[in-house]
Amino acid sequence: MAKIKPSKGAPYARILGVGGYRPTRVVPNEVILEKIDSSDEWIRSRSGIATRHWASPEETVTAMSVEASGKAIADAGIDPGQIGAVIVSTVSHFKQTPAVATEIADKIGSGKPAAFDISAGCAGFGYGLTLAKGMIVEGSAEYVLVIGVERLSDLTDLEDRATAFLFGDGAGAVVVGPSDEPHIGPTVWGSEGDKSETIKQTVPWNEFHVGDVSKLPLDTQGEIKFPAITQEGQAVFRWAVFEMAKVAQQALDAAGISAEDLDVFIPHQANMRIIDSMVKTLKLPEHVTVARDVETTGNTSAASIPLAMERLLATGKAKSGDTALIIGFGAGLVFAATVVTLP
Amino acid sequence: MAATQEEIVAGLAEIVNEIAGIPVEDVATEKSFTDDLDVDSLSMVEVVVAAEERFDVKIPDEDVKNLKTVGDATDYILKHQA
Repeated sequence: MAKIKPSKGAPYARILGVGGYRPTRVVPNEVILEKIDSSDEWIRSRSGIATRHWASPEETVTAMSVEASGKAIADAGIDPGQIGAVIVSTVSHFKQTPAVATEIADKIGSGKPAAFDISAGCAGFGYGLTLAKGMIVEGSAEYVLVIGVERLSDLTDLEDRATAFLFGDGAGAVVVGPSDEPHIGPTVWGSEGDKSETIKQTVPWNEFHVGDVSKLPLDTQGEIKFPAITQEGQAVFRWAVFEMAKVAQQALDAAGISAEDLDVFIPHQANMRIIDSMVKTLKLPEHVTVARDVETTGNTSAASIPLAMERLLATGKAKSGDTALIIGFGAGLVFAATVVTLP
Repeated sequence: MAATQEEIVAGLAEIVNEIAGIPVEDVATEKSFTDDLDVDSLSMVEVVVAAEERFDVKIPDEDVKNLKTVGDATDYILKHQA
């Protein structure tokens, strides 16, 4: 039998740079209240969200990703041409094929890297990071660009008082590259498909084309509603706080990091109440800096962790070399947690 | 050993106090979690999980919405505790 030469990768991988893009338009709760019967106080007390960013028609999934990627590449100090793979996690790019990753790869001037999209909801960044680490250690790419990007305003039912205020738009990107020391811990990840109804899209796309149009949901004006993200709030809250705290602890244990060793905690920015309760359940020490970007960015799904990471570093609340626990969780249900060294 | 009704009410009072900051003496069987005790839907989940641990009982998501008053929760725990 012929002998196949194996690929040769780096000993370990690390995040080398991070970048973010937030759309120009800042949307306060007052704008949300134009379509739902609620109050600023109610929204803040249930979610901690005061403002979010909504993308303009020009701030496309591609455009936001290119902006965030440019910053991440500059932060990493590499040339775009060195990127061997581009992984994009999104649920709000509305053209099924080709993958938006290919267009982004082209626009950032990275030549002809491998490029593909993944669908892992709010856990997408952790899924992408795990793939990137594997590719670098295995040797199929030296540098991998991982992007989380969403235009969730396009998938928001503005007449649903339980979710209208939650979602925002934006892009976050990291460059992952080779390292002589381990700077990304083992990933604790998985899925719970038996809970797939807990967070979901209201109507599948093909219902508009081949389904019974008379069964599609209507808005208050009698117009057919575009699909939106809906969720069972209490069930999601319980799962996120109590089950995900266990996963976060497993990720710390797997990395051999105690809560005392930890500098930063960057959970998916779903809701401030989830973040607060997770911190309490995990019994994180006072010195751990907790990302609370949700207050001004809303829930941006796959983009939330890199966006929060970028803001903590930019504002000096966290610094390069800090040890951070990250955990993403969402529709699927899916989850991914790991410990990383901040770039 | 299974908890008595009085023990459950007292336990729920401590839990509600811890989670929502309501004085223990305000928590009585006829009180509504939402309307009287200022426990919103998310805090209710925290109350339920704390009660599950304390009284060794499982309260599934679909049953939580039926627990409107402290008395409802007490009866549920009395009936379902291991």
